[in-house]
Amino acid sequence: MPRTLYDKIWDSHHVGTREDGLDLLYIDRHLLHEVTSPQAFEGLTLASRKPWRLDANLATVDHSIPTTDRSEGVKGIADPIAREQVEVLNTNCDSFNIRYFDMLDHRQGIVHVVGPEQGATLPGMTIVCGDSHTSTHGAFGALAHGIGTSEVEHVLATQCLVQQKSRNMCVHIQGPLNESCSAKDIVLALIRQIGTAGATGHTIEYCGDVVSSLSLEGRMTICNMSIEAGARAGLMGIDERTVVYLESRPFAPKGGLWHEAVDYWLQLNTDSDANFDTTVELDVTELAPQVSWGTNPELVIGIDEVVPSSDDFSDEAKSETVGRALEYMDLTPGTPISEVILDKVFIGSCTNARIEDLRQAASIARGRKVASNIKNAFVVPGSGLVKKQAEQEGLDEVFKQAGFEWREPGCSMCLAMNNDRLYPGERCASTSNRNFEGRQGHMGRTHLVSPATAAASAIAGKIADVREYL
Amino acid sequence: MQSFRNHEGVVVPLDRANVDTDQIIPKQFLKSVKRTGFGENLFDAWRFLDEGEIGKTNRQENPQFVLNDSRYRNASILLARRNFGCGSSREHAVWALMQYGIRCVIAPSFADIFYNNCVNNGLLPVPLPEEKVAQIFVAASSSEPLTANVDLENQRVTYENTESISFSIDSGSRKRLLEGMDEIGLTLRETDKIRKFERQHQRTMPWLFTDNP
Repeated sequence: MPRTLYDKIWDSHHVGTREDGLDLLYIDRHLLHEVTSPQAFEGLTLASRKPWRLDANLATVDHSIPTTDRSEGVKGIADPIAREQVEVLNTNCDSFNIRYFDMLDHRQGIVHVVGPEQGATLPGMTIVCGDSHTSTHGAFGALAHGIGTSEVEHVLATQCLVQQKSRNMCVHIQGPLNESCSAKDIVLALIRQIGTAGATGHTIEYCGDVVSSLSLEGRMTICNMSIEAGARAGLMGIDERTVVYLESRPFAPKGGLWHEAVDYWLQLNTDSDANFDTTVELDVTELAPQVSWGTNPELVIGIDEVVPSSDDFSDEAKSETVGRALEYMDLTPGTPISEVILDKVFIGSCTNARIEDLRQAASIARGRKVASNIKNAFVVPGSGLVKKQAEQEGLDEVFKQAGFEWREPGCSMCLAMNNDRLYPGERCASTSNRNFEGRQGHMGRTHLVSPATAAASAIAGKIADVREYL
Repeated sequence: MQSFRNHEGVVVPLDRANVDTDQIIPKQFLKSVKRTGFGENLFDAWRFLDEGEIGKTNRQENPQFVLNDSRYRNASILLARRNFGCGSSREHAVWALMQYGIRCVIAPSFADIFYNNCVNNGLLPVPLPEEKVAQIFVAASSSEPLTANVDLENQRVTYENTESISFSIDSGSRKRLLEGMDEIGLTLRETDKIRKFERQHQRTMPWLFTDNP
C-alpha cells in the first residue's frame, strides 16, 4: 500500500501497542532546554529512574538567558530566578551526563537552530523537544513533535513517546514565489487561509515546486510555524539540498555510514500514489508580503491591505475574536497596515534567526538608518555559529551602522523571558512566530513579519512594504 | 497522576475562542523550576490589572474578568470556546489550571499538545459539539451559578434538568485517567519490547547509533 513520508517514519519507529491500547513511538533524538526540563529531571530523581539512552539527548540553554554580554557566564545573569533555572540545567546535564552546549559554548543557541546546524537533526528520524516549535526539524524529513514536561520525563525514561497516529495533510504550494516574498510570507498566508486550528490532528507535508526551490533555512521557517496552524508536525520531502546541507555536520554520519544513510533517506519520500486525508492548495504567485495585525497568527493581511472590521466575518467566534484583537492592538478598521507606526523591531527567534534570514534583513538595512522613533531594533542570531558566520560576512557591521543592536544568541524577545521585551502599549514588527497578547511583554503589541519586512519597517519607523526597498 | 472518575462543580464560562497557553500562564512564571505554585498566576494578565511577577503579592484584581466574578469563585469546571490551549507546549498551563482548582475543561475543541498534557496530569478535557457548548454557556451565565456533573466512567456531562450529554475520549486515556496510572510505569512494563525494537532499529539505521562528537 502506498504510504506518505509520515506513514513511513511512523511505521519504522512503531515499537508496539501498550496494554492500554496506546502506541509507543521510538524516539531517536531528544533536545532539551532549561524551561521545560527541570521538573522532568526532578521526576526521574524522585522515582530513581535513569535516562534510557544518553546519546540520544542534546541540551542547550536559550529561553531565559540575557542576549547582552555573557562573559561572566551564569553568574552574570542578573535575574536570580532565571539564573537558578540555568544553574539547574547545568547541574542536571552534569549529574545525568547529558551532552550540553552551555551558555559559554560557541555552539549554544536556540535549540531549533542548533539541532539542524549540528546535524543532530537527520532525515527519517523521530525528534522530540519540550517546545512546540520542534516542528521546525520536519524541514529535513524528520518527524518532530513538541511535547510537554511529563512527556519529556517519559522520553528520558523510556526512549518512547505515547502517541496516536495523526491524519495526513498535504499542503500543496503553487508558485513561483515572487522575489518580494519569503518562506515567512508563505506560512503566514497559509495560517491566514486555514486558521490556527486548521491542521489540528494532522501532520502536514508541504509539497510542490516552491518547497523544492526553498533553501533548508526557508523550509525550516515554514515547518516551524506548522504548530501555529494547529498541526502535530510539519514535514518536507528529502532531496539533494537536504543531503548537501547535512554533509560533514558534526553529528551527521561519516564515511560508509553516510552513504548508507543517504541511500535510505532518498527512498523515504511519499509514494506518488499515496493518499492524504486532507489536501490544501495555497497559491503564492500573487502573494504580497504578509503582516499579522491581530492577536493570533491567523489574523494576517497583505501589506497592501487595510485592518479588517469584526463585521467582515460572519462566523460569530471569529468576529468576536477580531473585535477583541482590534481593541488590544489599538487599531481602527480600515487603516492601511502600512501606516501603522512602530516602537521596536525584533529580528530573531527559531522562526527567523538563521544566516539566510540575517542576510535578507542586512540586504535591506545596508546603507540605511533605523528611523528615530524606533526605540530598539534588535538583531539576535539563532546560535553562536550563526553569529560567527554573520560576522565573517560583515553583516554585524551592516546592522550596527544602520542603528540595529547586535546581540548574543537566544530566544530573546520572541517570548520575553529575559529583559528583551515590549513595555505596555509598545508596538513591534517581529520575525517571531506568535502575536498572542503579552507574548513579547505585558500589554505589548506584535506584528509578525518576514526578516526583510522587519528590516524595512525599522528603517521606515512603521510597517513597511519591502517592495519599496528592494 | 491524579485520577478522575466523577466530578461535580461550578462551571465558569470563559467566553473566548483560541485561548492560548501564553494567556493561561504567562512566560515570566515559566522561570520556576518547581512543579507547584502556578495556580495563583493562572490567566495572570486577564485576572489582574497590574503586571505579575513570581512571588508578587497584593495584586489588583480585574473585576471584569470572569474568574473574579463572585458567582464563579469556587468554580472547578472551565467552559471555553474552540481551540482551547493552542500555542506553546508549556505543561505549566495544565499545572496552573489544576493548582487553581480546575478539574475539567469543556470546549468544542482542544489543541493537541495541550490535550495530551491534560491527560498526563489528570485534568479532564471534554470536547463537546459547538451547539452543546453554547447551551451550557447560556445556563452558566445566569445569575445563579451552574453546577454540572462530569462523569468519565459513563462519558457524560449532566447539568440542571437537561438531558445528559455524552462526550468522546479514547479508551486508553480514559482508563489511565480513571485509574490515575503512572504513565512511565505503564510504558516500562514494555521494556522487553522496547529493547527488542531498539536492537532491530540499530541494525536498520546504524547511523543513528554512532558515537556523537
